[in-house]
Amino acid sequence: MGIKWNEILVGGDPLLVGSQIAIVLTVVAIVVGLTYFKKWGWLWREWLTTVDHKKIGIMYIVSGVLMFFRGGIDGLLMKAQTARPEMNFLDAQHYNEIFTTHGVIMILFMAMPLLIGLMNVVVPLQIGARDVAFPQLNALSFWLFFSGAMLFNISFVVGGSPDAGWTSYFPLAGKEFSPGIGNNYYAIALQIAGLGTLMTGINFIVTILKMRAPGMTLMKMPMFTWTTLITSIIIVAAFPIFTVALALMTFDRLYGTHFFTLSSGGSDMLWANLFWLWAHPEVYIVILPAFGIFSEVIATFSRKTLYGYKSMVISIVGIAFLSMIVWVHHFYTMDAGPAVNSFFSITTMLIAVPTGVKIFNWLFTMRKGRIQFTTAMLWALAFVPNFVIGGVTGVMLAMAAADYQYHNTLFLVAHFHYVLIPGVVFAVFAGLYYWWPKMFGFMLNEKLGKYHFWLFTIGFNVTFMPMFFLGLKGAVRRAYTYSAESGFAPLFLVSAIGSIILAIGFAVFCYNIYWSFRYAKRNVSHDPWDARTLEWMTASPVQFYNFAVVPEVKQLDAFWHMKKRGETLTLKESDIKKIHMPSNSGLPFYMAVVFGITGFFLVFEAHIAAAVAAIGIVVGLIVRSFDYDDGYYVSVDEIKQTERTWRNVEGGTENHVG
Amino acid sequence: MSANVNHSLPLEYQTEQNRLNILGFWIFLGAEIVLFATLFAVYGVLGHRYAGGPTPSDIFKLNDVLIQTLLLLTSSFTCGLAVFFMRQRDMKKLLTWFVITLLLGAGFLFMEIREFIHYVHEGATMQTSAFLSSFFVLLGTHGAHVTFGIIWAIMLIIQLLQRGLTPVTARKMFIISLYWHFLDVVWIFILTFVYLKGMVA
Repeated sequence: MGIKWNEILVGGDPLLVGSQIAIVLTVVAIVVGLTYFKKWGWLWREWLTTVDHKKIGIMYIVSGVLMFFRGGIDGLLMKAQTARPEMNFLDAQHYNEIFTTHGVIMILFMAMPLLIGLMNVVVPLQIGARDVAFPQLNALSFWLFFSGAMLFNISFVVGGSPDAGWTSYFPLAGKEFSPGIGNNYYAIALQIAGLGTLMTGINFIVTILKMRAPGMTLMKMPMFTWTTLITSIIIVAAFPIFTVALALMTFDRLYGTHFFTLSSGGSDMLWANLFWLWAHPEVYIVILPAFGIFSEVIATFSRKTLYGYKSMVISIVGIAFLSMIVWVHHFYTMDAGPAVNSFFSITTMLIAVPTGVKIFNWLFTMRKGRIQFTTAMLWALAFVPNFVIGGVTGVMLAMAAADYQYHNTLFLVAHFHYVLIPGVVFAVFAGLYYWWPKMFGFMLNEKLGKYHFWLFTIGFNVTFMPMFFLGLKGAVRRAYTYSAESGFAPLFLVSAIGSIILAIGFAVFCYNIYWSFRYAKRNVSHDPWDARTLEWMTASPVQFYNFAVVPEVKQLDAFWHMKKRGETLTLKESDIKKIHMPSNSGLPFYMAVVFGITGFFLVFEAHIAAAVAAIGIVVGLIVRSFDYDDGYYVSVDEIKQTERTWRNVEGGTENHVG
Repeated sequence: MSANVNHSLPLEYQTEQNRLNILGFWIFLGAEIVLFATLFAVYGVLGHRYAGGPTPSDIFKLNDVLIQTLLLLTSSFTCGLAVFFMRQRDMKKLLTWFVITLLLGAGFLFMEIREFIHYVHEGATMQTSAFLSSFFVLLGTHGAHVTFGIIWAIMLIIQLLQRGLTPVTARKMFIISLYWHFLDVVWIFILTFVYLKGMVA
């Protein structure tokens, strides 16, 4: 075995030693806490083995918030390092590792789980289903994602982080130029997490196509369900490309093949093509569900049906299609020739058309609406102008000739932060404020929410607006420092100050979660926002079987019209039938553990140990094959009892006052 | 999973959960198509970069490849027969044809491994050139799928013996047949774009 035990723990740097101690202390605290409060059984039964889509969604969201914290710390470290010229807070190597993990974590382990978490919680409810099509596979998806995320996260204290950027371009990411094991973490941890995402994609396509409530035709689906469907299709079409790219990277690094090497006929640009063939659709995988969230929030708080529903659907399908044929715009400077660059220039600019249609649809939804300025709505309102800045600078970047000027500068960095933060992060915040009562039975504090909103939005603009101008002045991305003579210092300082405001905003959000858990009123109605879609028809928090009787859908915004007809809270007890539910399973968690161990050995190039651990994966698959557990039935009496508890609350429940 | 069984449909389509599983597997095959398409694209880019090493016509032995092709294509036919007899509820014939399918698959695998060993002995390894890297990984991925299919099928045969033909075992049988035919289709592309094209060039 080629493990050099003395190299496993990264030592020396006080920042890293501090993190190592903090990690050990946290783990000890969690173990002691669980033992002291006798919570191990509860953790196992209620969470680790659950197949309930709502609990899986919540676990995704918790992981996403934790990863947001980790990725955010990376971002703050970068901003601290570049606050003044020629600082020595971080050295070049450490800076390389941090911008790499910042990118990977924010996209794959923050944005993805937060959105997939909301999809998990909301989509089955929106279509009136009892669960997803494959509940146990859904749990496996989560646990594989979690396994990959943990493997990636330990890299910075065990063996060293990847340091070739989130794009990990060859030849830099190859063995020749990055001989350490850091980039093995990239290849293997992302592979494990990616498998989970692919399964999520398949699961949601089948769920949405086959498990909708009676009467809900495709064109009566809520917009978030639509975007989830299209996102799932992009996942299935794009993730296998990444699977292959990462596998080839693994072969190059571990087994000496020549896919992306400079010698023996390899092609480094092949990596760039494969990577962006996945990564560009990936951007739309995170933006489309976010568009869906904004559509729900804007319609609800404008008290109007979404404007231009059909054109919204056509637009997301169009965006999905175009997302597959724009990848070369990430490397115009590869010099593939004017014809190729022009083609990709045009397809890229075309994306502005369906996106523009959507923006106008949201504006027209608000027009003449009775707008309620809830926190969720504030995020949606702030999204529009901020995202337009991101979009317009995107069109600037799309022009191949001009891109030679912008390429690899902070202008680009500012552009994609203006797309991803208003597009995805604002959407996630809007979604969390909006659906929080559905998940937990209490609301997040609206006042704290507004502090969170203003600090975060202002901090975001102060951080990233200067970066456009820095980029135009020629400041390159991924450089760990700059000279005083460059004249960049003032704008970098402003940007660093902005990042602190941004961080305070996020801290207020975390405090809001804590505060609301402890003090928020628990007697919230099942429909606190007076909303329009089916998830608001059932209890908050949702009972494990979702709906006592599956509702029948007659038109778009089904629940809104049911309320108009006064048929919401009446439930004929004679209609209740026993409900079939899937059983819990410890297998997905087991698979996460063996995948994690196998991955860890592979990272350290301990091939025999990895092969032994991989037997555990095969054993898990075989056990699953012989598992004939057919689930169980919930009795009619139990359902009646559960329904009575929330339908006839004496003294009434409190609706939100806008 | 759910109790309502529709007897007018073939056994594997009778329950709702079965219908979901089969659709899910079709979508999974869609993902597999993208996976193999990517590997073919990689081979298309790197397949002529010999780096001074052996070229296809130096190492390919078309006779062996034709035997492999014959074995795998026949196995697809016998797999079809197995599913045909499953629909007739004829367990004995189902098992017979399914076992023949697996033997043919194993024969294919044996030939392929022998071919790889032969290449390695001639000094044509995965590390020699970009052409051979992409060749071995493309074919290796296909071979690994066949291996996985054989192990999976053995597990399924045990279940068929234990439980007989139920909607669940029938669904599993049907799904593995889809998988098996898919591997056959991939092989046709390998034969065409790797071997035959390599011999012509």
